[in-house]
Amino acid sequence: MKNKLIEIGQIAPKFSRRKLLGGAATAAVAIVQTAQGKNIQQAITVSDVPDDPTKVVGTLAGEVGTRSSFEKVVKKPSDISSRSPLQDFYGMITPSDLHFERHHAGVPAIAPHKHELLIHGLVEKPLVFKISDLKRFPSVSRIAFLECSGNYRTGKETLTPQEICGLTSQSEWTGVKLSTLFREVGVKPNASWFLAEGGDAAVMTRSIPIKKGWDDAIIAYAQNGEALRPEQGYPVRLFLPGWEGNTSVKWLRRLELSDAPFMTREETSKYTESVNGKVRQFSFDIDARSIITYPSYPQHIERGWVEIRGLAWSGRGKVVQVEVSTNAGKTWQLARLQEPILDKAHVQFRYLWEWKGDATEIMSRVTDETGYVQPTYQQLIAARGADGGYHFNPIASWQIKPDGSVLHKPEK
Amino acid sequence: MPHTLSRVLLTVVLLPLLIPTLGVFRADTPTQLSPQNMPSDTAHFPRSFGLGRAATPDEIKKLDIDVRPDGKGLPTGSGISTKGKSIFEAKCTPCHGVGGVGGPNGSLVTSVPAAGKRSERTIGNYWPYATTIFDYVRRAMPFNAPGSLTNEEVYHLTAYLLHANKIIDETTVIDATSLPKVVMPAQKSFIPDDRKGGPEIK
Repeated sequence: MKNKLIEIGQIAPKFSRRKLLGGAATAAVAIVQTAQGKNIQQAITVSDVPDDPTKVVGTLAGEVGTRSSFEKVVKKPSDISSRSPLQDFYGMITPSDLHFERHHAGVPAIAPHKHELLIHGLVEKPLVFKISDLKRFPSVSRIAFLECSGNYRTGKETLTPQEICGLTSQSEWTGVKLSTLFREVGVKPNASWFLAEGGDAAVMTRSIPIKKGWDDAIIAYAQNGEALRPEQGYPVRLFLPGWEGNTSVKWLRRLELSDAPFMTREETSKYTESVNGKVRQFSFDIDARSIITYPSYPQHIERGWVEIRGLAWSGRGKVVQVEVSTNAGKTWQLARLQEPILDKAHVQFRYLWEWKGDATEIMSRVTDETGYVQPTYQQLIAARGADGGYHFNPIASWQIKPDGSVLHKPEK
Repeated sequence: MPHTLSRVLLTVVLLPLLIPTLGVFRADTPTQLSPQNMPSDTAHFPRSFGLGRAATPDEIKKLDIDVRPDGKGLPTGSGISTKGKSIFEAKCTPCHGVGGVGGPNGSLVTSVPAAGKRSERTIGNYWPYATTIFDYVRRAMPFNAPGSLTNEEVYHLTAYLLHANKIIDETTVIDATSLPKVVMPAQKSFIPDDRKGGPEIK
């Protein structure tokens, strides 16, 4: 049946899709032929939906799935980044096509069979690996978040979770442990740092302490069960669990082991922050953070029971607890955490709240296994000075208005 | 070598023979491997997987374009500010402004901020190492033609940006010897991250 239909499509690509699917009043999804001659499912629109889907044969099996065209879930791009729609997510995994993007000279087009990873410098055997070589090594998979350290916005009431901190996402990453490759090349005793270099037009570089390479760094070639997306570094990237996203260099082409950091542009003039008149550098770890994603701007809530939902994470280990306040921070209650609670991973939290129609503010704060409690904006300013910058992870508050509208509470 | 051989022998020859008997002893042999008591994954790694190929000195040289603060990686060649100025005017001002001030992608040269405004972070007031200018400009600039500048052009531009920020004088020649010796005003401000987790907010 499927083959026959495709055959008809190929013979008569302009054949009416109504007739193709048996002359039904409207077709749910049509198999259409692209310019490249591939049969794909075309997304449906409201007018395509039959009055009674039980009376019309549905879409035939396809090569790739599609998101329902009723789900308008999109990233929010700027010239240099694109933010994940945190308010639209369920559970702990970010769909790969909605993983945030941050790049410094666009997404490069790389043919995997031409791409190689060179490891050299303070090693016994400088080696070049093809992607197929990397895939033959013992592999590892790990669910962990990836967050850009420049992931904070405030200043107006009409900000969504996506706009406040949409530069964080979570995937299952698969690849080879960097420690496995270190053993293969033989690291010399005086190697203390390594440079990671991308094969994009920025040829972006970061210096990484070698200890991280031995601890838990992954040379990742897959994300959520398939090859990396180009936006996430296809065909291969560095992945450093819990560390600021910029250090997880994408489109990885070279690792150079060294006895000193290289002081690249991205670790000197960028990704450093003013702290009381000094400039803090190599701020790798992502401090613990949480945000309520429901209810949030621009949603509305109804009186009655509201399940407050959100995400919490720490680059220093596991989330221990998340507290929610529904009275502007006067009192705090423990939220429920969704298992599994993984190391250096987004955790979903929930808190059931009966809203009686009063104006209030709701907010969340996370505690991680080091005992770090997510600070307020004012605590961060008091600790660092007012220059702002990277690694800002304050408690984010939502104003609930008596009409049920929800607005961000800007920090001053 | 004999150890490896015996392991191979055990795996290839003996293990298949043992398998039928394992079930019998499973209940009362606590040392049997299970997913919970596996040794670390590297315990049985071979000395080498034999994957990848040796990198040749030529291909390393071609890719190894990084420059460190001690000057390691700087190529031969030299530059002076006056020549850098004309290259900058031809290739850099659309993004970084005339004289390296203003422009959509940020100032590179320190200037007096407008009343009530904080000064922009520039090479002159924020970059801790002069070698970073050479490294970054060579690998990534100009934005619309990355990697298109010759080493000589990059030296000229580096000299220009240092002079425009009043760090070197107009006649200073910048090369592999002089560039690492340039002390940047911001260097003394840089401190390594001292956050350690725990209750303290830093």
